[in-house]
Formats: sequence, C-alpha cells, structure tokens
Amino acid sequence: MNKVLDVNGLKVTFKSFDGDVQAVRGLDFYLNEKETLAIVGESGSGKSVTSQSIMRLISSPPGIVEGSIMFEEKDLNEVSEKEMESIRGKEISMIFQDPMTSLNPTMRIGRQITEGLIKHQNMTKKEAFNRALQLLKLVGIPDSEERIHQYAHQFSGGMRQRVVIAIALACNPKILVADEPTTALDVTIQAQILELMKDLQQKTGTSIILITHDLGVVAKAASRVAVMYSGKIVETGTVDEIFYEPKHPYTWGLLGSMPKLDGSKELLNAIPGTPPDLANPPKGCPFVTRCPYAMNICEERNPEYTTISDTHKSACWLQERLAPDVEPPQDIFIRREDHAR
Amino acid sequence: MPDRLKKLIELKNTKKHFSIDHRTVLKAVDGVTFDIYRGETFGLVGESGCGKTTVGRTLIRLYEATDGQIYFNGEDITSFKTAKKQKEFNRKIQMIFQDPYASLNPRMTVMDIISEGIDNHNLIRTKEERNERVHELLRLVGLNKSHANRYPHEFSGGQRQRIGIARALAVNPEFIIADEPISALDVSIQAQVINLLKKLQNELDLTYLFISHDLSVVKYISDRIGVMYLGGMVELASSEDVYAKPLHPYTQALLSAIPLADPELERTKEQVPIKGDIPSPINPPSGCRFRTRCPHAMDVCSKVVPTWREYEEGHWVACHLYNK
Repeated sequence: MNKVLDVNGLKVTFKSFDGDVQAVRGLDFYLNEKETLAIVGESGSGKSVTSQSIMRLISSPPGIVEGSIMFEEKDLNEVSEKEMESIRGKEISMIFQDPMTSLNPTMRIGRQITEGLIKHQNMTKKEAFNRALQLLKLVGIPDSEERIHQYAHQFSGGMRQRVVIAIALACNPKILVADEPTTALDVTIQAQILELMKDLQQKTGTSIILITHDLGVVAKAASRVAVMYSGKIVETGTVDEIFYEPKHPYTWGLLGSMPKLDGSKELLNAIPGTPPDLANPPKGCPFVTRCPYAMNICEERNPEYTTISDTHKSACWLQERLAPDVEPPQDIFIRREDHAR
Repeated sequence: MPDRLKKLIELKNTKKHFSIDHRTVLKAVDGVTFDIYRGETFGLVGESGCGKTTVGRTLIRLYEATDGQIYFNGEDITSFKTAKKQKEFNRKIQMIFQDPYASLNPRMTVMDIISEGIDNHNLIRTKEERNERVHELLRLVGLNKSHANRYPHEFSGGQRQRIGIARALAVNPEFIIADEPISALDVSIQAQVINLLKKLQNELDLTYLFISHDLSVVKYISDRIGVMYLGGMVELASSEDVYAKPLHPYTQALLSAIPLADPELERTKEQVPIKGDIPSPINPPSGCRFRTRCPHAMDVCSKVVPTWREYEEGHWVACHLYNK
C-alpha cells in the first residue's frame, strides 16, 4: 500500500508563562491510501493539536512544530505559506467538531461551497454553482436547489455537518482530517454521518484521519487505530488488533471504562487518577501514575516501541522480555463472545 | 434492591409548555406518565430536544408544570400549602448538573459551595460541626480535607463533578436528579463518576433520576429506563428489556445507532434505518410524533395519537404496532 502521509518525530510545544507545554511529544505515524486511521485519546492527549499541525493551523508563536510531515514528497512543516495555501482545502481538507461554528453564519451555504472550487480549481461561478449542487445531493441534503441559497442557521446540526463535509470534499482532497466530526451530534444523526463518510470514501477514495474519543466510533469507522496518551502514541495497530489483542494497559483501561450494552452491572474498571501535566511531563512512561502494573523501570525510562506484528506496536515495558507476564483484565473482551451468541 | 411497592415519585400526564410568542407554544413535555420507585435508578434517554431535561427541571420545580400532577411521597408538589413544606421538599430533592465548569460558583471555596445548603436548611449549629460535615462529604466522594479551602478552578472536570455530587448530598436528600452528569467528562473519568454514583446509592439509600443521551451509560446504571421522543415517552421497561426486546421502532433505531466498541460486530450488524432529523417541537407531526422517521409508519399513525399502554408486565409502549 502507498503511504499518502508520513509523519516522523512530530513535536508541538506551546510557550506559556507557566513554562513550555509539550502538547505532542514525538509522534511517528503514517496514513495509507484509501484507509481510515483513527486517533483516539482523552482530552489533552494531543490528538487535535496533531490534526492542526498537519493542516499547519498552529500559529507560531506560541506554538513550535518540529519534525517532518511528508505529503507527496513535500514536508508540510517546511513548505512556504503560499504553497500550503494551495494544499490546504484542495489536497488536504478538514472537518471540525462543531458545525455551527465552522460555517460562516453570514454567508449563504452555496457561496461557502463554491469558495474553494473557484480558488483551487479555477472554475467559473456557474460551474462551481453546479458542482456545489451536485455535492449537496451527494451528501444527502434534500431540496438542494432551494437549500443552496440558505444560511447555516436554517439547517439542523446533522444537515450542517453534511454541508461541512460537502465543503471539505469539494476539491476531491487526497486526505480528509475529521476532528471529532460527530461529537456534537445525536446518536441517530451520528450513525447517518458515519455511514455517509464511509460511503463517500468508497466513491472518492479519500484517506481519512479520524480524531475521536469514542471507541464505538472507532470500531465502526476505522481500519487502523493510534491510541494517544499525553502527547504520545502508546499503541497502534489495526482495529482488530487494538480491540481484540490490546497490549497497552492504557488501551485496556479505555476498553474497560466503557459501559457495555449487554454487560453486567458490576463496577466499571475505571482508570484511577488523571493524566499528567504536560508543562512538566514525567521522566518515564506518562501512564505510570495510573497504571496498575507499573514497575520501577516505568518511572525511570520511557519505553520504546515493541513490534508485535507488522502493523501492531506498543510502547510499554511489559512487552520487554524480562517483564512479568500480565494478562489483560478479561472483562474487556466479554462483549465479543456475548454478541456472537 | 428497589422496593417495587413504594412509589417515591408519580408523574401523571405532566405537561410543560413554553410560550414563544402570542401564538406559538413549544410543547417541551406533552403529557408523560410514569412512577419512580424508592431506591431505584430511573434512566431517562432521548436525543436533544426530546424534553428529558425539562422533565427533570419540572420535577424539582425549577419549572412550574403547565398541567398534570406530580406526587412526591404521595404529596402533590405543585401546590404546597406552607413554606415549611416547600422547604422540606427542596431539601429532599437535589440535582447534579451537566457542566461541572458552569455549575460551581468560581468565587466560592469548596467549603462554602458544599455547606451552602446545610446553612440554608439550618441542619448544623456550630462551625466545627459544619467543617466536620464538609470534610466527611469530601471523603465520601473521594476527595480529601485539604480540598475544602480551594476554589473550583483548581480542580479537574472529574473532581469538580465530585464537588457537585458532595453539594447535592450535603442536605441528606432522598432523591437525586442527575442531568447528564458525565457527558462533559472523558471516558476514563466517566467510569470513575459512574462508580461513585453507584457506591453512594448503596451506602445512602438514594433514588436517582438519571438523565442522559447515552443509552449504553443509562443501560448500565439504571434499573428501569424511559425513552423519550419529542416531548412524549415512547417506551418504558426494565433496562434488560429495553435492550433485549425493544418494542418501539424508535428504541430499536436508537439501539442500533449506538456504535459498539467491537469492530467485527460493527461490520456485520444490521442497521435499523432511521432517516431525517427530529421535527420541530413547535409544530410536531400529527398523530404519532415519530411517524415521519419511522420505518413501519402506517396510515393510522398520522391520524391517531397512540395510547400509552402496558404491553407486557412492566413494559410500557406508545405505538400503533402493539394495538391488539
């Protein structure tokens, strides 16, 4: 498979009066053609900062972005702002969490879609308008001839997100970065939007980076997963590897914290404590204070990645040869067998 | 275990309408009838705009009900005769709010936030006793004594929600309304707060009304679940029955729309299609309110409002498919 995006050693630091906050602390990941990579993590884990640095939306100062983001033999961290403008919205586009704030309230929907088409594809107004109509139909907005002249406030939350998707897909981008695209929506609408994204991906062949905190959404939409914790990827693998053979205690914790629809009424396996302060990150493994399996070395040194399979990597000292054998808590797997019945 | 015989709360055809202007009325809650038994957790689920929060607020009398009766321990809460009775009622029902950032006064210390209710109801006489009570409450919710003199901004979201819970518990309530208490928190912190709520219920013999849009959380914490849609209740049953044999097409759709953390299942699972958006509650569809999105809609659905009936023991539904 071809890599469309290859990120190496990405570090993002924000200067503040309180010292430097290291939001992202050395990320390596790639995105294959036509796949959906989910980046999961809690708030403050650096997932949104990662997506913004791909789009080069981190303003400097206060942000400092280091490392390389290779896209079509260009390093997005190095290219000129002018060149970036021709990539942003054309080759790589973005869907934001809140469709009410990402649409312009004073501009008709039609103009917001045609804006990119006219700028990037040199279409005439008329051509762009027709293409916008097509796009609205594609994302499933009924009465699109009428709706194209309306404003954002005349749309419901789900419909607004469809418009945002239409704008993002207008120029047939190679990569779509979706930052929590369904978090602000109700579950039935969320299901519709996720279906739509899947459908459009099959039609257009776009690669998607899906940022989310919801493991259900990951299971439904992603082909590969990167689990982030305090600015690092602690485990990455295919969805099946992450859900059925997770290796990192944080992944176990995330899976265990989710209430199961069919499950028992016992206490949930909550992860105790809170994530570390990134202005003063720990010397060793960032998860050490919350990890039930923590060993002495975990406090001293940050673990390197252990390769479990071609696609599966985990950064945990438990994978080390000399470490004790630890079985993941069994109840995180219950749901699979229960559903199979 | 909940006592099946003792009803703590009874809602009888409760309505709450808001006037938008002289002509338009928004029927946020349009006639819901259900009971909450002593010691149970009653879950209320539905999408945004379905009226679940309005039910909670009407119950605690933040809103005056437009019509219908609400009984608490057999007393009609909409017309208390004396101020004393009203105050006693205020003590017995407490609320936990959604946003732990907005629901704590940033200019009060944790001590003052928690003891405000204690002072209002004159539950404790001396300052030492008051301090002791606050420390005890903090311990109960998993914080410690040293937190009492801090301000809300010094705490994380999960800790703030614990303070909100301690405040609700301070006046020894019998009944707690938790309105989306964990929606603003991260998954791992959500589990901590759910566990805490369960522990407190066992220790203090509390009754909960748990309002949430997240069916898997509600299923987990509740004994019985009511499903609301556009101002009305469409189904009510034990949480096992709602999950195992949902009757109403809306409940079925809601269940199938929840993405499960199981990729294999997600690949194979059949989706109950649900089209379109929730109609406006200002001008809801005639007859059954769900008919515009229902895959089983029939002629009768647009004409007759389905009756709220007990289809099986303890399993209520409002749908024409189950009219025998």
